[in-house]
Amino acid sequence: MKILVCISNVPDTTTKIRFVDDNKAFDKNGVQWIINPWDELALTRALELKEASGGAIEKISVITVGTKDAEPVMRKALAIGADDGIRVDTEAKDAYYVAMQIAEAIKDGGYDMILAGIESSDYNGSAVGRMIAEFLEIPSVSSVSKIEMEGGNISLKREIDGGTEVMETELPFVAIVQKGIALEPRIPNMRGIMMARKKPLAVVAPADGDALTEFAGFELPEAKAACKMVDEDNVKELVNLLHTEAKVI
Amino acid sequence: MNFEFTEEQLMIRDAARDFAQRELLGDVIERDATATFPTEHVKKLAELGFMGMMVDPKYDGGGMDTVSYILAMEEISKIDASVSVIMSVNNSLVCYGLQKYGNEAQKEKYLKPLARGEKIGAYLLSEPEAGSDATMQRTTAEDKGDHYILNGTKNWITSANSASTYLVMAQTHPEKRHHGINVFIVEKDSPGISLGPHEDKMGMRSSDTHSVMFTDVKVPKENRIGEDGFGFKFAMKALEAGRLGIAAQALGIASGALERAIQYSKERKAFGTEIANHQAIAFKIADMAVKVENARNLCLKAAWLKDNGKPFTTEGSMAKLYAADIAMEVTTEAVQIHGGYGYVKEYHVERLMREAKLTQIYEGTSEIQKIVISRGLLRD
Amino acid sequence: MSVLVYTENWDGKFKKLSYELVSYATALAKELGTSATALSIGNVDETELKSLGNYGASKIISVSDDRLANLVNSAYSKVIAQVAEKEEANVIVFSNNFGGKALAPGVSVKLKAGLVAGVTALPSSIEPFTVKKAVFTGKAFANVVVKSDKKVLSLARNSFGISETDNNAAIEIFTPELSDGDFRTNVKDVTKVMGKVLLMDAEIVVSGGRGMKGPENWGPIEELAELFGGATACSRPVSDEGWRPHTEHTGQTGKIIAPNLYIAAGISGAIQHVAGVSSSKCIVAINKDPDAPIFEVADYGIVGDAMKVLPQMVEAVKELKAEG
Repeated sequence: MKILVCISNVPDTTTKIRFVDDNKAFDKNGVQWIINPWDELALTRALELKEASGGAIEKISVITVGTKDAEPVMRKALAIGADDGIRVDTEAKDAYYVAMQIAEAIKDGGYDMILAGIESSDYNGSAVGRMIAEFLEIPSVSSVSKIEMEGGNISLKREIDGGTEVMETELPFVAIVQKGIALEPRIPNMRGIMMARKKPLAVVAPADGDALTEFAGFELPEAKAACKMVDEDNVKELVNLLHTEAKVI
Repeated sequence: MNFEFTEEQLMIRDAARDFAQRELLGDVIERDATATFPTEHVKKLAELGFMGMMVDPKYDGGGMDTVSYILAMEEISKIDASVSVIMSVNNSLVCYGLQKYGNEAQKEKYLKPLARGEKIGAYLLSEPEAGSDATMQRTTAEDKGDHYILNGTKNWITSANSASTYLVMAQTHPEKRHHGINVFIVEKDSPGISLGPHEDKMGMRSSDTHSVMFTDVKVPKENRIGEDGFGFKFAMKALEAGRLGIAAQALGIASGALERAIQYSKERKAFGTEIANHQAIAFKIADMAVKVENARNLCLKAAWLKDNGKPFTTEGSMAKLYAADIAMEVTTEAVQIHGGYGYVKEYHVERLMREAKLTQIYEGTSEIQKIVISRGLLRD
Repeated sequence: MSVLVYTENWDGKFKKLSYELVSYATALAKELGTSATALSIGNVDETELKSLGNYGASKIISVSDDRLANLVNSAYSKVIAQVAEKEEANVIVFSNNFGGKALAPGVSVKLKAGLVAGVTALPSSIEPFTVKKAVFTGKAFANVVVKSDKKVLSLARNSFGISETDNNAAIEIFTPELSDGDFRTNVKDVTKVMGKVLLMDAEIVVSGGRGMKGPENWGPIEELAELFGGATACSRPVSDEGWRPHTEHTGQTGKIIAPNLYIAAGISGAIQHVAGVSSSKCIVAINKDPDAPIFEVADYGIVGDAMKVLPQMVEAVKELKAEG
């Protein structure tokens, strides 16, 4: 069995967001890049499954769509424990374009389980994983918070508005995963870091096609009015303000 | 000239940073207050390979260069110098010395578990009356044919209680003065070894420091490292490498204090604006940043020399001297910037200041470093 | 030409969320000079279906098929795409909730329709079609141009509001063409969260952080949430410590919520936490530390011990309620 984990290269979550070129582009200057947190959890779970599978899962691959700038996070994914990687060498224009590129690159790869984070912390598209399934015409399960494998049986727990459901699915499939899928991401160890340099990271040319959307520009939220302070001995006044001024209770 | 780090070096730095944030930050204040040894933390550090990161993979080490080591030491020291001193002693004194001067059997038996971090190492040179002047070893190692008998007391031993493998310097031929000193691998549970009380230190309180008493401790001859009389040279060579670890630790303490000062000065308001907008604070930050950057460059330069097989004694001493001195200055300023908050434990900087002080004292005081540097320059 | 809006139901009932979506689709249709059609999948009775008309839908398409009892990504997406084609819809609107995330991307690929997820307003321009969405987890907004003829939008919660109109909408039954190949996932077991108001749905959320010291001190948080008919939440350290379940964790890597009122008790307001709650309409912060970053994003603040302030708040809210 082979697992593929889709990786997005995103700015560290504590990055101060700024824009350049007349607010048309994100300011990449000085930004620390990380594996998208949900993707990192997906990779962690994939590794846990592989380790517990007694050899049934033979390989974990990672894929990203991005320019050379995305290589350090791919190398990190390899250091954490992925066996090999693919980078589709093009700008990640929009979710449709990225999903199309991934689908093209992996359609003959023989992956049984494809994992993608439910969204990326940069453009919050929440779409790539689900779109890959549609391009490949394979089943998908969204908002998955648990993946278990026993024998050859895979069971998935998904969150829906109002509860959770345990699912089974035909292979191959895409699981779009969210928080809870793994407790916390792994820190690569020295051995992993050393081995990462020797693991294959294929660079493939993008397929023909175009994005369906594009960014016209960005804006930062308006500065919030200063916080109105209420004395700690006057909690009643706070409740009154919420009732009469903010009108939220 | 190339100031770029490699992808691996950056990955190691990030791994150390993640580890420190995730595993050390949460209880560092409590461990400092209660002087609790970071048993679990060191175990996790070992699992990541940080306890023997420069050891050849052939001996179960990480096979990383000294530059990576400096980066990792800086990140861990930013958060917790008690943990980084355990890491430093194990890596750059004990593992370094064993790998460089031990024989195959010694490496197989002692280096491997140390490199894997399953065991912790300690370096026993200082004595109650032989600190900076290490030639005056009073601990004796009497040659009994197939073994030695050790007697004496060692002082200020980092990880004395938690370590299992000791490297002990002891005098075999007093008439030859320091040429008579030997170095031995001694297992901590050998009969005749006893520990003094846990030292109640000003800083780095989570690392365990004790004196160690040897009473007729029998050490097999095969546990001597190198030729008869090699001990003093071994001690000095190990300290040369160890210095880089402590230099990087001092750097980390300083840069950790700087980061906290920057963050605090952007949040704290006084006279209607963030204190970072007051020039008195802004200039302090500028001065601190220049010092930290200088210390970092000295550390990396010395590490680069070592990695490239070039002499690094003078540069290593410069890095240790400068980083330790500025760590004291920068942490003091960080406390000042924090005002009253800086003086309470919750804000970390008072602890960093207490930790900084030790870097000027151990593994060669600042004064000793000046001797090393000046001798290097003035020798004919 | 029309605007199609996919409305989710829960056991045959629509929620405020569905009505907000219809309101949005109706306003959008007006700008495009067309009308809004609402699509409902599942067993929903006629009165409930008609209620969608009260928010402006001029036509309601109902799909009822036993095989669609549970959400199946591929089958549902196919049904929506078929209805979109039949209705010649050029914009299809979803919620950006779990259901929307499971379906909108599928419909986007099927129709080759550009998708914008998490839209916060009506288009700022029709030609080119430009809509605003939050990016960087609420730290900025982007104006996105959809270049394709057909468009798929998913609307961020509580970003538009509800507008009622009087509209007697016609109900139309649609029978989709589905094959076995559309049902390759299967639900084996369902756990419903009953009785409690769900965090994602709550208008008012009371949230606790490490400043609450321990799980035994959650009493006033729960009481306050219950008084408001709201939900409880927590910061990441709290769920990591196991004081509260992970399902309550709000923040960058947890749930991202946008209630009308968010009360942060004993939460310092780390940037990762704020990212998950900053879209709340009103934020109240209670924290001992006057410099806690949570006060930067809060609308109202009290510097004080949350464990002392909350019980007083419970009393004050009870009094307010008693006054009617």
